[in-house]
Amino acid sequence: MASPLAHAYLDWAATTPVLPEAVEAMLPFLGERFGNPSGSHAVSREARKALDEARDTVAACLGARPSEIVFTGGGTEADNLAIIGAHAVRPGPTVCSAVEHHAVLHACDALGDSRLGPVDADGVVDLDRLAALLDPSVSVVSVMLANNEVGTIEPLAEVAALVRQRAPHAVVHTDAVQAFPWLDVAALAAPADLVAVSAHKFGGPKGVGALVVRQGVTVRPIIHGGGQEGDRRSGTHNVAGIVAMAAAMRATVDRRQATVDRVRALRDRLADGLLAAVPGCVETVDRATKIAGNCHVSFEGVESEALLVLLDAAGVYGSAGSACASGAVDPSHVLAAMGLSRDRALGALRLSLGPATTDADVDLALAAIPPAVERVRAG
Amino acid sequence: MKVLAAMSGGVDSSVAAALLVEEGHDVTGVTLRLWDNPTDAGCCSVTEIDDARRVTNVLGIDHLVWTFVDEFDGRVVEPYAAAHAQGLTPNPCIECNRHLKFGRLLRRATQLGFDAVATGHHARVVTDGHHRLLRGADARKDQSYVLYVLGQEELARCRFPVGTMTKTAVRAKAAALGLPTAEKPDSQDVCFVTTSGGRRALLASRIPLHPGRVVDRTGAEVGRVEAVELVTPGQRRGLGTGGGDRRYALAVDTAARTVLVGSAADLEVDSVALDQLCWVHEPVEGEVEAQTSAHAVPVEATFDGARVRFRGRHRRVAPGQSVVLYRGEEVLGGGIVGA
Repeated sequence: MASPLAHAYLDWAATTPVLPEAVEAMLPFLGERFGNPSGSHAVSREARKALDEARDTVAACLGARPSEIVFTGGGTEADNLAIIGAHAVRPGPTVCSAVEHHAVLHACDALGDSRLGPVDADGVVDLDRLAALLDPSVSVVSVMLANNEVGTIEPLAEVAALVRQRAPHAVVHTDAVQAFPWLDVAALAAPADLVAVSAHKFGGPKGVGALVVRQGVTVRPIIHGGGQEGDRRSGTHNVAGIVAMAAAMRATVDRRQATVDRVRALRDRLADGLLAAVPGCVETVDRATKIAGNCHVSFEGVESEALLVLLDAAGVYGSAGSACASGAVDPSHVLAAMGLSRDRALGALRLSLGPATTDADVDLALAAIPPAVERVRAG
Repeated sequence: MKVLAAMSGGVDSSVAAALLVEEGHDVTGVTLRLWDNPTDAGCCSVTEIDDARRVTNVLGIDHLVWTFVDEFDGRVVEPYAAAHAQGLTPNPCIECNRHLKFGRLLRRATQLGFDAVATGHHARVVTDGHHRLLRGADARKDQSYVLYVLGQEELARCRFPVGTMTKTAVRAKAAALGLPTAEKPDSQDVCFVTTSGGRRALLASRIPLHPGRVVDRTGAEVGRVEAVELVTPGQRRGLGTGGGDRRYALAVDTAARTVLVGSAADLEVDSVALDQLCWVHEPVEGEVEAQTSAHAVPVEATFDGARVRFRGRHRRVAPGQSVVLYRGEEVLGGGIVGA
């Protein structure tokens, strides 16, 4: 069970270590500043002040006003609140891309009348075919900013323009969970009415996220209670988590350009190294269309379910499809929507890099993966 | 030895893994997802996978989950349905052992550098010159019948650690180790036939079911059935033949959509022909004991390379079922009853 001494964590798209800034920011709220921000005395005011400051920071980082921020219990809840909450005030069909995260796909499914927008071989939503799904009855259109499996960046501005024109009653939601560490979400998500983020994807703790709800857009709450968050999300605030998320957001945005430049070079070295060293290795999508931290390849004649066992033993921690609740690997709906053959989808490997990824991580991956692929093929 | 322990989430495979750990082997647990179980309980459900993982937590070993849904569907479920369409009654557990547990899983284990695969089957392997497959020590729990498809190559890389134990001892061991699966009830027979819908619902979702005529040996219609594909030779109930003499299904002709019925005496045969023979070591002829289902009492018989001749009369064995040949405790091999 012991981890190998040298290891390379290349699963940053799954989750990230909490940044020291975030840990430091949250600790007082696990101790002396334990107050419930909804109260009226001094202890509460301490917490309230921290919550207000965190809201200002998060709003600034997301290009929103403080009153437009709804803190949630994570990205999935933010997506659910966006879709189910918006749909509740304007019933009608929902439309989303076929490569959305399950938090969006299954929320749309749960509402019944949902339409799936096809994507091209790079995972980019097909605007013409999306247009064909839009009409004035449509209530919510959800297209992610960046894909969690292959890293593809979606043309959100074009999507939003299309929606305004063809489905004028619809709200536009974007799942920016994977985009936030890499893209200027404040600018790129500006055309969207609703924007979801999750703290643990950018150095914050798990179980906290936010939804931007632009002024003038109404969402009906999906969690009822004390009326916190402007009656949009009840429940006592996770003050420590929210404060930590704000600190992680600030740190991420301040360093984002430098991180992107550095990690892109590492990613390119990793992807180019694999393409050169492993026969039958194919890069899944055009690197020009994706975020800097994502390396997604497939190996001909290899089942990644087996490959991952060898990589795990070698201390290289990556992933295959999207992990399901049991820890099993499910065939990827994203790769299927992109038209990848089943064999290639079963041989897919996602290596996702992050701000703390080093040259040594890439070296270890490049040393471990080619022989592991060879061994699986030989077996 | 590096051992991959197949762990279903049940008590037998939990204890199998525990015994290997106690013996000092380098053990990794794996749970196979063979079937997209839509419910929260039963084989391949998240609950079962959780149970297996909790056992590995107690044992301090790694746990993997592998998805073999496609192979299971293609190698076990589809053939099971297709066989019913031809009036056959297959044993899917045997095909699962042949193709999944001791096929796909064993191949992948070897690929990844494991020396052996262990399961919780009640059976024993003894090696003296070659590998012999023996009945489990607990006669009531013996599962050697569903393992006759294993040959020397497979047996060399299989371990059945609970095969020498009684079920009572297995449960006692699980309790002594504090394994969370100690009290779990024994598993059902066919894992993918859900209790809610049953065999009928599964087959109806895969093959067309046809109403049919029930005829006697003179060709006279004596009843009707809703679906000939659901009738198994030997069956007495549900043939729509009303009162009077007891009649049993003798044969099912799905193409003609008829079920032939007869008396209890008509049901008895003196021999049965086997196809798709498998031998644990080498082909055997002569005096054997033949076992015609997982928990049937073995009967004395002779085998001539193609037909099993029973000593005395024997109740008809449905086409598609396996007949396993033993000598004493030892599995020699077996085959499938032809149409």
